Amino acid sequence: MIWNPEAECMPPEQRRRLQLAHLKNLVERVYEKVPFYRKKFQQAGITPKDIRSLEDIQKIPFTTKDELRETYPYGLLAVPEAEIEEVHMSSGTTGTPVVDAYTKKDIDVWSESMARTLAMAGTTRNDIIQNAYGYGLFTGGLGVHYGAKLIGANIIPMSSGNTSKQILVMRDFKTTILTCTPSYSLFLAEAAKEEGIDIRSLSLKAGCFGAEPWSENMRKEIEEKLGLQAYDIYGLTEITGPGVSSECEMKNGLHINEDFFYPEVIDPETGKVLPDGAKGELVFTTLVKEGTPLLRYRTRDITFLFHDECPCGRTTVKMHRLFGRTDDMLIIRGVNVFPSQIEQILMAVEGTDPHYLIVVERGASHLDELEIMVEVEAKFFTDETRGLETIRSKIEHEIKSKLGISARIKLVEPKTIERSIGKAKRVIDKRKI
Amino acid sequence: MIIKQISIFLENVAGRLAEVTKLLAKHEINIRAMTIADTADFGILRIVVDQPEKALKALRDGGFTAKTTEVLAVEVEDKPGGLARVMEIFQQTHVNIEYLYVSLEKNKDKAVVIFKVEDLKLGQKIVEEHGLGGTVSF
Repeated sequence: MIWNPEAECMPPEQRRRLQLAHLKNLVERVYEKVPFYRKKFQQAGITPKDIRSLEDIQKIPFTTKDELRETYPYGLLAVPEAEIEEVHMSSGTTGTPVVDAYTKKDIDVWSESMARTLAMAGTTRNDIIQNAYGYGLFTGGLGVHYGAKLIGANIIPMSSGNTSKQILVMRDFKTTILTCTPSYSLFLAEAAKEEGIDIRSLSLKAGCFGAEPWSENMRKEIEEKLGLQAYDIYGLTEITGPGVSSECEMKNGLHINEDFFYPEVIDPETGKVLPDGAKGELVFTTLVKEGTPLLRYRTRDITFLFHDECPCGRTTVKMHRLFGRTDDMLIIRGVNVFPSQIEQILMAVEGTDPHYLIVVERGASHLDELEIMVEVEAKFFTDETRGLETIRSKIEHEIKSKLGISARIKLVEPKTIERSIGKAKRVIDKRKI
Repeated sequence: MIIKQISIFLENVAGRLAEVTKLLAKHEINIRAMTIADTADFGILRIVVDQPEKALKALRDGGFTAKTTEVLAVEVEDKPGGLARVMEIFQQTHVNIEYLYVSLEKNKDKAVVIFKVEDLKLGQKIVEEHGLGGTVSF
């Protein structure tokens, strides 16, 4: 079903006029209220008056994740602090979080975006949504929650983990819509099987899966093992969280809520805007955001945009499911991890520049497994196993507390890890996704 | 007496120990005592050799993580109750033992046991006081 036919099926020309009006307003707002943007405009030699058409957006400089980090916590705020009603954040490359601060209206827009997303998967007020995305600073949990509230569906705020209870609730409360990471859905299916429950025979009809990369093959597996329709959803904390784009029943690309989030795809090297169908880096401008608006934010996600006459009736632009990233960010069980963060922890624990290799696998459990091979340096080697075990558990503990993920540390002999000329190869991703 | 032990980090991979013994053989180094402490993923080989400096250099040049530790070589009578006597002395004098293993050395009817103790100086003092520290050839 279509949650908001007026917005989602609007004639494209009419939508472009709406987008331009929003863009002009946005540019004036940030120029006046955010010194960071005013300075950028001045450096680029432009003022808000130079933005007269949607194409003029190309005159505006990009915003990068590094800049979000540099302006932490409130450097991009475009409203008085008292207007902020909620704050979310995700980790940045160096551990300084990236902040998204929401006004009441921003929460309304987020709720609307997520209501559209959930409706695309067939959700109505009669549905029972089991939300197994984490509640907290991570946007997944509350994003789904707000969308479900707007629709008026029954939302069960399970949050992530607690697998046995998930299965119990799914069975006893007759969950119809499951929201979680795609890998966790397969983990749930396996766990249910072990408990002697055929998950296919329960009431599930659809799932909204996101927050980590997955593939068509994985979709087939999920649909087969859980007996539901699996939909890809996309979002990122910086822009709003989930709700930026999602698949309709055609499962052919993700409809972007472009009346709120204006997309462009650029050549990551030159910054030049690419035409429909050309793969590049996805860039978003938050047209109506009040709290922390972003102009031409580089997501580092790789995809292409396309316009088709979708049989669902929506006229919004679509993006292909993600192809990868322009940087070395890993998404482990929905958590963003940069190899540089792991390197910093290793350096802090060992007091030395470590040789290490990150191996990511999706094993029999269907969950991402992270192993970090660390070469044993003479500096921290001792004649007792206790000493090395202490270092190992210290690294594991630090990674868990700083990055929020579990990693297995494997101590290896020197020169085990291949030396490469130039940039070291730090990651082997064995996940078949 | 205080002697030098060499510890070598080994992954639990087939053939690693053979690499070490081959390397030592090539440099004509004689192993006088050895033991391995192991965990699921790795082991630490501890050896006492006739030429510790040469052995350490050869191992490091060969790409191993190795280091020397000072340990006690203690003479123990090679008969029932021999080790028990030494252990009793250590217990009474509060010499805490971290690990121990036997060597191939033998002085007349006495065996030589390698002790890693918490407080090396105290250990050495007690060994000397009780005449357990005779000379060993390595």
